[in-house]
Amino acid sequence: MTDAISDLPKGKPATGGHASLLSESPLMKKRNAAEARFKLYGVVAITVGLAFLIFLTVSILRNGIPAFTQTVVNVEFTLSQEEFDEAESKMLKTAAYTEIFVNNITAQFQERGLDVEFDAGTIERLLGKVGGDLRSFYRENPDQIGQPVGFELSTASRVERYLQGKLTRDMVVDGRFLEAADLDVVDAMVDAGIIGTAWDWNFITGTDTGVDNPGGAGIGASVIGSFFMMLVVLLLSLPIGVAASIYLEEFAPKNRFTDLIEVNISNLAAVPSIVFGILGLAVFIQFAHLPQSAPLVGGLVLTLMTLPTIVISTRASLKSVPPSIRDAALGVGASKMQSVFHHVLPLAMPGILTGTIIGLAQALGETAPLLLIGMVGYVAREYPDSLTSGLLDPNSAMPAQIYTWAARSDEAFFEKAWGGIIILLIFLLTMNIIAIILRRRFERRW
Amino acid sequence: MSNTLILLIVLGLGVFGFFAGRSRAMATVGGDRRLLHSLPNYYGANVALNTIVPAVIVLFTWSIVQPMVINGAVSGMINQDRIAEGSSLGLVMSDVRRVAEGLDVAVAQGVMTPDMASDIRAESSNVREQLAQVGVPLGSGVTSETLQAAQSYRAMAGTGNLLKTLVVLLVSAAGLALSWRLITRDYRARNVVEKGIMIVLIGAASIAILTTVGIVLSLIFNTYEFFKLYPVTDFFFGTNWSPSFSGRGQSSELGILPLLWGTLYISFIALLVAVPIGLFAAIYLSEYASKSVRAIAKPMLEVLAGIPTIVYGLFALLTVGPMLVEVFGDGGLLGVNWMSGGTAVMTAGLVMGMMLIPFVSSLSDDIINAVPQAMRDGSLGLGATHSETVRQVIIPAALPGIVGAILLAASRAIGETMIVVLGAGAAARLSLNPFDAMTTVTAKIVSQLTGDSDFSSPVALVAFALGITLFVVTLGLNIFALYIVRKYREQYE
Amino acid sequence: MKDMIPVDRKMSTMQDSKISARGVQVYYGDTHAIKDVDVEIADKTVTAFIGPSGCGKSTFLRCINRMNDTIDSARVMGDILIDNEDIYDPKVDPVQLRAKVGMVFQKPNPFPKSIYDNVAYGPKIHGLARNKADLDEIVEKSLRKAALWDEAKDRLDAPGTGLSGGQQQRLCIARAIATAPEVLLMDEPCSALDPIATAQVEELIDELRQSFSVVIVTHSMQQAARVSQRTAFFHLGNLVEYDDTDKIFTNPQDPRTESYISGRIG
Repeated sequence: MTDAISDLPKGKPATGGHASLLSESPLMKKRNAAEARFKLYGVVAITVGLAFLIFLTVSILRNGIPAFTQTVVNVEFTLSQEEFDEAESKMLKTAAYTEIFVNNITAQFQERGLDVEFDAGTIERLLGKVGGDLRSFYRENPDQIGQPVGFELSTASRVERYLQGKLTRDMVVDGRFLEAADLDVVDAMVDAGIIGTAWDWNFITGTDTGVDNPGGAGIGASVIGSFFMMLVVLLLSLPIGVAASIYLEEFAPKNRFTDLIEVNISNLAAVPSIVFGILGLAVFIQFAHLPQSAPLVGGLVLTLMTLPTIVISTRASLKSVPPSIRDAALGVGASKMQSVFHHVLPLAMPGILTGTIIGLAQALGETAPLLLIGMVGYVAREYPDSLTSGLLDPNSAMPAQIYTWAARSDEAFFEKAWGGIIILLIFLLTMNIIAIILRRRFERRW
Repeated sequence: MSNTLILLIVLGLGVFGFFAGRSRAMATVGGDRRLLHSLPNYYGANVALNTIVPAVIVLFTWSIVQPMVINGAVSGMINQDRIAEGSSLGLVMSDVRRVAEGLDVAVAQGVMTPDMASDIRAESSNVREQLAQVGVPLGSGVTSETLQAAQSYRAMAGTGNLLKTLVVLLVSAAGLALSWRLITRDYRARNVVEKGIMIVLIGAASIAILTTVGIVLSLIFNTYEFFKLYPVTDFFFGTNWSPSFSGRGQSSELGILPLLWGTLYISFIALLVAVPIGLFAAIYLSEYASKSVRAIAKPMLEVLAGIPTIVYGLFALLTVGPMLVEVFGDGGLLGVNWMSGGTAVMTAGLVMGMMLIPFVSSLSDDIINAVPQAMRDGSLGLGATHSETVRQVIIPAALPGIVGAILLAASRAIGETMIVVLGAGAAARLSLNPFDAMTTVTAKIVSQLTGDSDFSSPVALVAFALGITLFVVTLGLNIFALYIVRKYREQYE
Repeated sequence: MKDMIPVDRKMSTMQDSKISARGVQVYYGDTHAIKDVDVEIADKTVTAFIGPSGCGKSTFLRCINRMNDTIDSARVMGDILIDNEDIYDPKVDPVQLRAKVGMVFQKPNPFPKSIYDNVAYGPKIHGLARNKADLDEIVEKSLRKAALWDEAKDRLDAPGTGLSGGQQQRLCIARAIATAPEVLLMDEPCSALDPIATAQVEELIDELRQSFSVVIVTHSMQQAARVSQRTAFFHLGNLVEYDDTDKIFTNPQDPRTESYISGRIG
């Protein structure tokens, strides 16, 4: 064996090398340790990446889920006919109802041996205008008078935060919204077991409120705003994107004009979204005088942003249709245009739809350009009542609404922002799942 | 007549034209479609296209040009000297438009007769009250000059609209008649229709160019306006950013350097997080991971890229920022008191780094996979360990591509908006402490342009100069990165 | 197994046997690529593996330095001994094995580094050089052995990818012998080369026989006849016949070998 290597370059350590394969040389030990370390770095990198994802998910869920529930006070209440008549005959009718309510609660407290002083003002700070609610209920349902009725009264957002432990007694500054003494009443209600939680439909279906009422803010109107924007994006970017891709992929001659288009598309895909916002502001609002904050303008800007995505994916799916299909169509005497529209396009359709859905999902989550066209800070107080008003009346959109809430100084809105994110992500997840299913279902290997 | 109505009429004519064309084609051959050059539908489509397309083009052009012409004519009527202090021609013109709209509403609701609307004078009646009555609030009293301008605005718009309706309908009808008459049995309807479709396709493809042109023009025009009001050198070399909104922003200092510094610092930290993690993740996934690990871990990492940036922004503001303060802030775990608030370069950088991990890892993964298997075999066949192969053969071979991927990630980081708007703070400063709040180019574009911005003051216009800087920098990075990646791909093809 | 020519069995008693394989089976997933191959490969000889495409000759070659380990779906069974040590023993580090059993591939695959760094790569990772001078010497000797020194000595810093195809393949051979292997495996080393470059490499293989046990897989029967002393004929994963090269080409025992030699199959 030594003969075998006598002719070889010298410099090999006499002991190491190929003495025996069954023993590990010291150098090999070091090299294997380096190998294990290197592999470990990879594992650590993946773990850190996934840990980020988990951390993000957990913090969204933990902070956002409370937005979907609200704290309510469950009160059973019996109003006699005399009380009703008496209250209706008074000047301040709602105040009379409030007083009846206060008496009722006091009675319930006393029944349980709790001794807390409070008045109508306290109730108003904790539960809002209870008297009005009661009055309108009994006026609409006079047959309920004299019978026990269970009421579920939603509490003010500050009470909720106190119960969640996010607001402590020493943080409370007496004011219009809450006084420290009110918290005694809250504690008493907890002891009395009349505080519970209920699903907050208003958050999903409601509209935004002003800065002083975080509890009542809902995301519904901005979901509609987003919907109208996506409608514009879909109706514009799908036909334009498909037409552009068909031209570039099937008809375009190789010349400087098509080169220019190609370069433009690939660069537009990488232009920061805020620049599209500037474009929208300058062209659609400053120049064309379209209304600010309108979903139409948002939709136009997002269309321009989504086009490159759609063009790129459409071209990929057109490219994946084998040339034999085109040849077959041309071979039976179809024109080039007919072969594309009758044969290639239908075969590429699943891929195009998948790409479009993914493009729409991207557009749905985009925020920065909406900041510039005035969708942020706008208080979406009402639902649009028609198609035109949906497109042209000022509205917000989901991501813009989340930003608006996050930018408000009242911390109670942060919970709403996290909740909004959950809703936004549910939409995105649904769209992506649809895209995946489409791809799986129609994927074709040629 | 409103544009929608005109459009509907034109479309209706088009549908009519389709059937008229089709039946004429059939009539020319006595109902035997085999004698026609093209399928009957093509004859119909040809007539429909000729009816609709030119008319719609006229309609759109007219709708864009008319307001511009009228604006020009009306603003000529306004005496430059009479514009009040602190106002501008633009503001007066928007008043004029509001009054004109108000008068329209008033007529529509029957509060005024059409004659009244065109004849009332500011001296004799309180126009503001009358308009408020129909739900058009005006900020200040209406001067007689404004009112007159508004009235002529209305008159011109009325004439213009009437003319527009006539011209558009005429063009549409002419298109219908002409193309209908052209139909004979040998008329090559299919070729004509296909040519028409081709033009539509080319037009769609050109939108990409139009968008770029739109971006460039809107940036350049406004930037030019800005530099008329503010010196170029002070903008590019100024080390102080303190816009002042009083006195029409004349006393502002608008130097871009602190913003650029913040942008680069945050991007640097983001890359410091994303590049090692992304690169090692890519190496692990492409070289070591088993199929099943890869099938789970790769899409999971890519989820990070699909999450909207507003989510990261909120995460930075409400979760990561406060957590960092607990560690590095006053009375924090380390007791160092480096950090005074949750918003800081570190906060934004960390979160942005998280977001960029999949950008680096996916692209690097593709690029590492593009290194030919022969390279790995060559190295392994010499008795190199897997990590030696990766470090000494694969990474050097893939280096240009990886550099390209990192540049693309850097361009993303520089252009990122929501994370820095929410997570980095609002104070422009040149500081080395990564726990200080700083601000970036994108964040300032947002803050200068949100709210009721007045497009004639430097504090608003500066956003366009910032925008053009951002556009040029990211475009340059992208082009360079794509060039490197393409060159790299060619090497192994 | 039943197709085997019993002649092989007595080879195991032959002295100077460098590699001996017994009952080797290879599966790629469900595909049975190598079926029960026994073979003894002598030291300081050139052994050629011939056979039609897909017959398993390359697969078997890759078993000898455990390159099949890099393919997830590949499973190797049976024993392969080099110097009487089982290379599939769990204690054996394939990395160490591959330093002892070098390999040259079908397509020249120089690293995108300089010529010098290509050759120095192996010695560096295996720690064969004590210092720079040592390394320089190893590089020079290896390049000389690969008959590339005269062409390359003035451009050692130029990238290896800039050489011509034949030069690249000789560079890969230099790179392989720089790690001081005892066995050199060559997987169709000339298939990507023109005739002149092929002749140069073949000449080189003949010289390398002085120092190594060379195993070469080739498509070309003429090449096997020119460079090898022993030849093994593989067909459909079986080792059909293994004997002295002269005997295989002049007087094959198995009808399948004869058909292949005379061009009727393959």
